[in-house]
Amino acid sequence: MRKAINVEVNGKAHEMFVDERLSLLELLRDELQLTGTKQGCGVGECGACAVLVDGKAVDSCIYLAVWADSRKVTTIEGIAATDGTLSDIQESFVESGAIQCGFCTPGLVIAATALLDQQPEPSRAQIRRGLSGNLCRCTGYSKIIDAVENVAKTRNGG
Amino acid sequence: MYDFNSYTEAHSIDEAVRALGGNPNARVIAGGTDVLIKLRSRDEAFVGRDLEGITRIPGLAGVSVDTQGDITIGAATSFSQIENDETITRCLASLGTAAGSIGGPQIRNVGTIGGNLANGATSADTAAVLLTYNASLVIHDSSGSHEMPACEFHTGPGKVRLEQGQLLTAVKIARADYEGYRGSYIKFAVRQAMDIATLGCAVLVKMDGNVIEDLRIAFGVAGPTPLRAAAAERFAKGKVPSGKILEQLGRICLEDTKARDSWRAAKAFREQLITVLPQRAISQALGGDGNA
Repeated sequence: MRKAINVEVNGKAHEMFVDERLSLLELLRDELQLTGTKQGCGVGECGACAVLVDGKAVDSCIYLAVWADSRKVTTIEGIAATDGTLSDIQESFVESGAIQCGFCTPGLVIAATALLDQQPEPSRAQIRRGLSGNLCRCTGYSKIIDAVENVAKTRNGG
Repeated sequence: MYDFNSYTEAHSIDEAVRALGGNPNARVIAGGTDVLIKLRSRDEAFVGRDLEGITRIPGLAGVSVDTQGDITIGAATSFSQIENDETITRCLASLGTAAGSIGGPQIRNVGTIGGNLANGATSADTAAVLLTYNASLVIHDSSGSHEMPACEFHTGPGKVRLEQGQLLTAVKIARADYEGYRGSYIKFAVRQAMDIATLGCAVLVKMDGNVIEDLRIAFGVAGPTPLRAAAAERFAKGKVPSGKILEQLGRICLEDTKARDSWRAAKAFREQLITVLPQRAISQALGGDGNA
């Protein structure tokens, strides 16, 4: 069965007719060609598929596409400005050397974006907790935590 | 693509209950953090089902307090909502701790307390805590609604007292079961996030001066269902919680538990935790550092 949904993705409204068995991840990647969001584990363990739904981070691989009806979705493509200017979090990932293979990076940037929205001045422990739903198999995490800590410091004037 | 047969979204409890009661193939889906994962591994209990979504039913998510001070938590309330709710933090702090111990942020944003209970896992972090608050569960069906003590809900591994056509809609905690009490929850797991409890221990204690007036201890993963340690609770009443008494109490907890070996931990290790965690949890609840 297909269902009509209205979903806003990265500021753009879409009226779509989607198969109700589709995950939000499949909708984003296969129907909207927003391939920045990755499929890792497929069961909500790794966070590579994280997107924001109404500002909250969710794993889009275990989130039905129809649940996005009447909601606002932000993917990694919507984090940078429309002219391609990186967000301060993205910039900080680059500056801090928080990227190796890059597969986990979109999900981590999304998780970090949600974290700093909710906790503008997180401790290092709070950053670790805020990113605990995302796996990275390259970096060992230290530089990712540095990246988020540096953004928070800069935003708070330090 | 998930291999279920259909998905419908209920707009009211009545609509959900009708859909579930009228179709033996129907199954409830809330946040999906269990159901969709079981579907991904092609669990036969879920493949080909007609899924009934309940998270958009008005009033099914949220925490409210009535004029008597009794607290109602909607079944579709997410773990994040529970963890950050002002009433929970003030009155049911250990429930907030348990909700915050589940999964990671993305899971907590969608997973629900109703799902945590209805999937029947002995490891459900909120279930053990709710036992200490003597919570009751509100269940709706075509004939109306009734309440059931949370301690009667779990009947075996993955099994709960819900018939086809019944929907868990809320959790209720009476004022008398939290006022004057202090609670804590310790989840013992290998990792601090994205992990299932090796053992979970919830306590709720009410003091009369330096004497324990009332104590409730509940465990997850200490048996096939979440359970209370009744003998240890009886033992504690009227006693001063000294190190020696707490040590004895920890051992008495084993009278009510039925820990077993699993790939996560050996029975002997779980039994060690059963004797130690209540001591730590009581110390924590009473304001210590939990290193009893």
